[in-house]
Amino acid sequence: MEKFMLAFIIGGFICVIGQLLMDGLKLTPAHTMVTLVVSGAILGGLGLYDDLIAFAGAGASVPISNFGNQLVKGALQEAEKTGIVGVLTGIFKITSAGISAAIIFGFLASILCKPKG
Amino acid sequence: MLQGNQTWVFKSKPVIIGSSAIGGPFEAQGNLAEDFDILHSDIWLGQDSYEQAEQKILEEACETAIKKAGLQKEDIQFFLSGDLINQIMPSSFTARNLAIPYLGIYGACSSSMEGISLASLMIDSGFAQRALVGTSSHNAACEKQYRYPTEYGAQKPPTAQWTVTGAGAAVVAKEGQGPRIVASTVGRVIDMGLSDPFNMGAAMAPAAVDTIEAHFRDLNLTPAYYDLIATGDLGRVGHRIAADLLAQHGLAIPKEKLTDCGILMYKENQPVFAGGSGCACIATTTFGHFLNRMQKGELQRILVIATGALLSPMSYQQKETIPCIAYAVSIEM
Repeated sequence: MEKFMLAFIIGGFICVIGQLLMDGLKLTPAHTMVTLVVSGAILGGLGLYDDLIAFAGAGASVPISNFGNQLVKGALQEAEKTGIVGVLTGIFKITSAGISAAIIFGFLASILCKPKG
Repeated sequence: MLQGNQTWVFKSKPVIIGSSAIGGPFEAQGNLAEDFDILHSDIWLGQDSYEQAEQKILEEACETAIKKAGLQKEDIQFFLSGDLINQIMPSSFTARNLAIPYLGIYGACSSSMEGISLASLMIDSGFAQRALVGTSSHNAACEKQYRYPTEYGAQKPPTAQWTVTGAGAAVVAKEGQGPRIVASTVGRVIDMGLSDPFNMGAAMAPAAVDTIEAHFRDLNLTPAYYDLIATGDLGRVGHRIAADLLAQHGLAIPKEKLTDCGILMYKENQPVFAGGSGCACIATTTFGHFLNRMQKGELQRILVIATGALLSPMSYQQKETIPCIAYAVSIEM
C-alpha cells in the first residue's frame, strides 16, 4: 500500500509542477512538456532519476520527465559500447517503444475517428 | 455627418430590411436558440474542413438575409464581410459565390459592426441603395487559428471563452421597413498591455469602454437614452471589468441595461468558460435576438458595441500584447 501512496504522491507532485508552469509562469503546454523532459534528462544525466524511480516506482517512471531520463540513459549506454557515435544511435533506443506506439496509435485513431471540435 | 470626434450620425437612418442568424450545435443548446434561422447539429456541415464549413454557414446567412428582405442577390449592390480566418477566407470565398461587388474588412470579432457602420455610410451618402453585411466564426477553425486545435487537448483557464460557431448577415437599405441605424462610433485601437489569448475579455474591455464613452460624449447623450447597451464578446470576466471601468469614469450604466452577447448566448450549465466570443457572437445575437425583440416592440433603442481583439497568431508567437478595438452602433425602431 505504501508503494501505491508514494507513486501517487511523487507522480502527482510532478504533475503539480507542470500545472504551476502553465498557470503560474504562463508556459504553453509544449514548453511545459519540454521543460519536464529536459529536467528529467538532466536528473538522469546526474544519475538521480533512477533513484527517484526506485523510490516512487510508477510515480516517477510514468510522467514525461522519465522520457528525458530514458533519452539520456540510452545515449550513455550506447556511447559506452560503441564510442561517441553511440550518443546519436542510442538516444532513441530505449524510448523507441514509446515513440513508435505514439505514432502508430495516433495514426490508427486518426483513421478511425473524426474530431468533434 | 461627423458629430464630435469620432461618431457618424446617419441623417437618412438606413434600414435593416432583412437579417439572419445561423448557429451550430452548441448555440442550439444555448439561451438564444429560438432566435436563430438555421441551427446545425454537426460542426462539419458535411464539408471537408472547418474553414469550408464556416464558409457554408456564412453563405447560408447571406442567402437567408437576402430572402428575408424579399430581394434577389442581384438587388444587392455591395457585400461587406469579415471573419477570423487567415486572409478572411470564408468572407472572400463566399463573395466569390455570391458574385456581388465585395469589400473585405477585418475587425476581428468587431467585423459585424464595422461592416454595418461602413454600409450605413455608403447608403447615407448615396453610394449605394442596398448593401449586405456578413460575418462568421467557427469554434474549431478559430481554436486552430488562434490557440490550439481542440483535438490537441490543451487545458483552458476559466477566463477563456468559447468561439461561437455561426454567422450573421443583414441587408442595409435606403428605404424599407425595419430597425434603423442612427449613429456609429468608430473606436480607437486600445492596448493595455495584456497578452493572454485565453483572457480576451479583459484585453477588450478597455476598448469597449473607450468607444462607449466617446459615443455618449460625441452625441451628448446619457445611458438612459437606450433600452439596452450590449457589448460584443467580453464574457463574464471582461463584462465586469467594463462595468467597473465605466462606473469609475462616471458613466454608470444600470446593471439590467448593460449586457454582453457572450454572456447572453449560452446557458449557465454549458461548458463555455467565461462565455461566448467570435465574430458570430454579436452578429447572431444582434441580427437574430435583438432585432427580433425590436420587431416585437420589446426594445426601442439599442446600442451594440462590437469588440475585437486585433492579435494575430504571429503576434502571439512573437509575444506581442493584444491591441483591441470597439465599434458602437445605435439602432432604433
